Amino acid sequence: MTHPAASPAQSHKRYFFEKFGITERLLERCLGEALSAGGDYADLYFESVTATSLGVDEQIVKSASQGTSAGCGVRVISGERTGYAYTDNLSPERLLHAARTAALIASGPAKQPVQGFIETPAANLYPVPLGGFDLDLAARLELILRADRAARAFDPRIVQVRAGYSEDLRRILIAASDGAFASDTQPLCRLNVYAIAQDGATTTRGAAGGGGRAGLEQFTGSKSPEHLAHEAARGAILQLGAVPAPAGEMQVVLGPGWPGILLHEAVGHGLEADFNRKGTSAFVGLIGQSVASSKVTVVDNGTMAGRRGSLNVDDEGSATQETVLIENGILRGYLTDKLSARLTGAANTGSGRRESYQCIPMPRMTNTYMLNGDDSPEDILRSVKRGLYAVNFGGGQVDITNGKFVFSASEAYLIEDGKITAPVRDATLIGNGPEALKYVSMVGNDLRLDEGIGTCGKDGQSVPVGVGMPTIKLDKMTVGGTGR
Amino acid sequence: MPEATTQPGSAVLNLESLAADVVARAMKAGASDAEAVVREGDEFSVNVRMGQVETLKESGSRGLGLRVFLGKRSASASTSDLTEDGIRQLIDGAMALVKVTEEDPFTGLPETDEFGAVEGDLHLYFDDVFSLPAAERIEWARRAEAAALAVDPRITNSDGGSFDAATGRKVLANSRGFVGGYRTSYVGVSAAPLAKDANGQMQRDGWWSSARCFAHLESPEAVGAEAARRTLRRLGARRVSTQRVPIVFAPEVARSLIGSIFEAASGDAIWRHASFLAGKLGAQIATPSLTIIDDNLMLLPSGAGGFGTSPFDGEGLPSRRTVVVENGVLRNYLLNTYTARKLGMQSTHNASRGLAGTPGIGCGNLYLEPGKLSPDEIIAAVPAGLYVTSLMGFGVNVVTGDYSRGATGLWIENGQFTHAVEEITIAGNLAEMLQNVTAIGNDLVFRSAVASPTIRIDGMTIAGA
Repeated sequence: MTHPAASPAQSHKRYFFEKFGITERLLERCLGEALSAGGDYADLYFESVTATSLGVDEQIVKSASQGTSAGCGVRVISGERTGYAYTDNLSPERLLHAARTAALIASGPAKQPVQGFIETPAANLYPVPLGGFDLDLAARLELILRADRAARAFDPRIVQVRAGYSEDLRRILIAASDGAFASDTQPLCRLNVYAIAQDGATTTRGAAGGGGRAGLEQFTGSKSPEHLAHEAARGAILQLGAVPAPAGEMQVVLGPGWPGILLHEAVGHGLEADFNRKGTSAFVGLIGQSVASSKVTVVDNGTMAGRRGSLNVDDEGSATQETVLIENGILRGYLTDKLSARLTGAANTGSGRRESYQCIPMPRMTNTYMLNGDDSPEDILRSVKRGLYAVNFGGGQVDITNGKFVFSASEAYLIEDGKITAPVRDATLIGNGPEALKYVSMVGNDLRLDEGIGTCGKDGQSVPVGVGMPTIKLDKMTVGGTGR
Repeated sequence: MPEATTQPGSAVLNLESLAADVVARAMKAGASDAEAVVREGDEFSVNVRMGQVETLKESGSRGLGLRVFLGKRSASASTSDLTEDGIRQLIDGAMALVKVTEEDPFTGLPETDEFGAVEGDLHLYFDDVFSLPAAERIEWARRAEAAALAVDPRITNSDGGSFDAATGRKVLANSRGFVGGYRTSYVGVSAAPLAKDANGQMQRDGWWSSARCFAHLESPEAVGAEAARRTLRRLGARRVSTQRVPIVFAPEVARSLIGSIFEAASGDAIWRHASFLAGKLGAQIATPSLTIIDDNLMLLPSGAGGFGTSPFDGEGLPSRRTVVVENGVLRNYLLNTYTARKLGMQSTHNASRGLAGTPGIGCGNLYLEPGKLSPDEIIAAVPAGLYVTSLMGFGVNVVTGDYSRGATGLWIENGQFTHAVEEITIAGNLAEMLQNVTAIGNDLVFRSAVASPTIRIDGMTIAGA
């Protein structure tokens, strides 16, 4: 094994070696067993997670929970075929059994893994470790209690408040038959506030959250408990006076930050290489073609310090990177993992991710955002005669094959004669991925990333992600209100 | 008693004694009450794409969860490490956490006389789900995909055919004397073909069959053919203009509406006033033709237990049948012990329980009672409207009832399907939509735990071109 001196990866690796008795010799034996029926490639993915959560509800700290899980997934690739087996028992017998099970995908003479591992040089994007069992729970409780107080104090019409804090510490170790070796310790925290407002017979809700791969010091400014509480309470109060959302095609202005979920749904998923390799994405064959207005440049960047979607290494042990997806409107590339990079001849963008050791990795996004343009947000709003200004969203979804995507506005306003007027009730926006961004006519100079709340689901696997965007104007998008 | 007593495999007994032992040790460590769950599962899945195995996965795992009480305080912990060390850390961790929580007068286990499990065999476990040799399982997935690819030359690509099998075992024990466990089995086959039309537009859809018993599974050929039919009918899809027309929900999408009503009638949303159904118990919330049942005891026509059937709920209370809505009147909120206490009511035995955290509220076999009309009759009566076959997004707000989702389907003109529709939304408010259900089909089939026949709702808005 070779590794740079004093690499932080040393401590991640030591954790598995010491706690579970894993040795380099055992890793080599398992990889050898995994390739005992042939195959092109095998890897082992060890994962150990501790998760802690605390909740305040009705001003009472009602819940506290912790969970620990550990296991190893063994993958064998033979051509386009993948065999996978996992175990939550890390004894040598069970690991070798999992390797033999995964090996059954191939049928040929045994192959030998590369001798000697080479450690992936890893970035150091987040502090480690935050805690585990030795958390300072009092400091974490204080965050949710502050949030609870602030939300209640916001307005007497706030009748219910809940605040929750959750923190995961995920340790991974990856060893592959091509000699790749990587380890990492990934912290992830999140603070959430939910508020219910009531006025006469009308009841509404609001929610806000923030977090990332950083310590408690991140919960200041726009992620402070007070700010998040005010945002949740403000959202609920605002909805008390909301009018029905309009229905039909209109000009839509999206605010900065979390509305970048548009990019995640409209183009991000469609650019994941597995769909394109199989010809099942609406973006197949569009590399080098125009898929957006020339004002639009979109990147996926896993290397931003402290961000929820960032990773020092992906779940195949490859370094993450910044990947240009769309440059001045032209589709530049896809997000790849080891398998899709090998099968398509493209470079590996370090996008292989998985929810846990029980899951097969696949190309996924990290932090996906649009770069700044030249327009001021005020000019953008002023330019709209009649339209919708949407600043906050719930979830979104896309049909990869026909490109149709939706995302649901939870805070939006009518724009009338260039001015923001009435708040509207929840409405879903719908569009067609390869077309929607062609209608982007103005791009603001106020790029913002979300506060660290995104979770992306694909084939049943959830992973944390980030999004971001400046204020933008779309000349045409369909708003799914009731139009009354 | 649960099936565990009628099928006393040694492993079953071990898990039950493990759960009881963890409870006893938590009590010894100072808990005033404790509850342990143990989960064990084995899974197999294979996906075949364009005739070749794409992924093949086979594994098993276990987990242990513990909830402890210290008077009116509670906390929980879970672990995948069932060794002596792991269990000790689990108990120590839970006992440390319970000291940081605060007293909640409504927290606690159910009363001792409430516990129990449904007697007799609920037919939840069939050992034939793993009976096929691996090569045959791959063959089932291959046959499902091949059947879809063979239907029409416009079907040119595929996300594959798949075959899945799983077995699981759940055990629950607590310090008030309840110990119960049961096994479940599952097997499924599916296909997801892609079709391309003359303009190069691609569409994808799919179909599946699932069962608790391998012998009850539909043939891969039937599944593949139906997947192809569903994909082909999406070709040529176009937008329609913004308008208000009757909307017919196919069973596979109508069931999501029933799920939203369940969520809105769940105790947690009710006591928080976070539901448009809060305070509506006994009120006419829907058209009189609408009756919704949550039956946690049901057997399927095949004789197997329903996908939502269980002998006891997540807190060890015997499963039962609850009328949610009867002839349009809201008859029951769906409650676990905590939410029942918050509302001054009795649990409806709808506690759900994962490994970690406090019990939630879950449905069993939740369904809308069928009406008299055939789906064809419902469609034939629509002068102009939309038949919805799939929905997208999360635009359901059960606090306000606001409903706005992406939709695809088929346009209806003079009672006939004319063309496929996509890239539109349908919107309304659940409170009004429930009053505006104008037809209910006779086509109730349980393909999963939540089921509905075809329904027609008037007064909703389509937003489109």
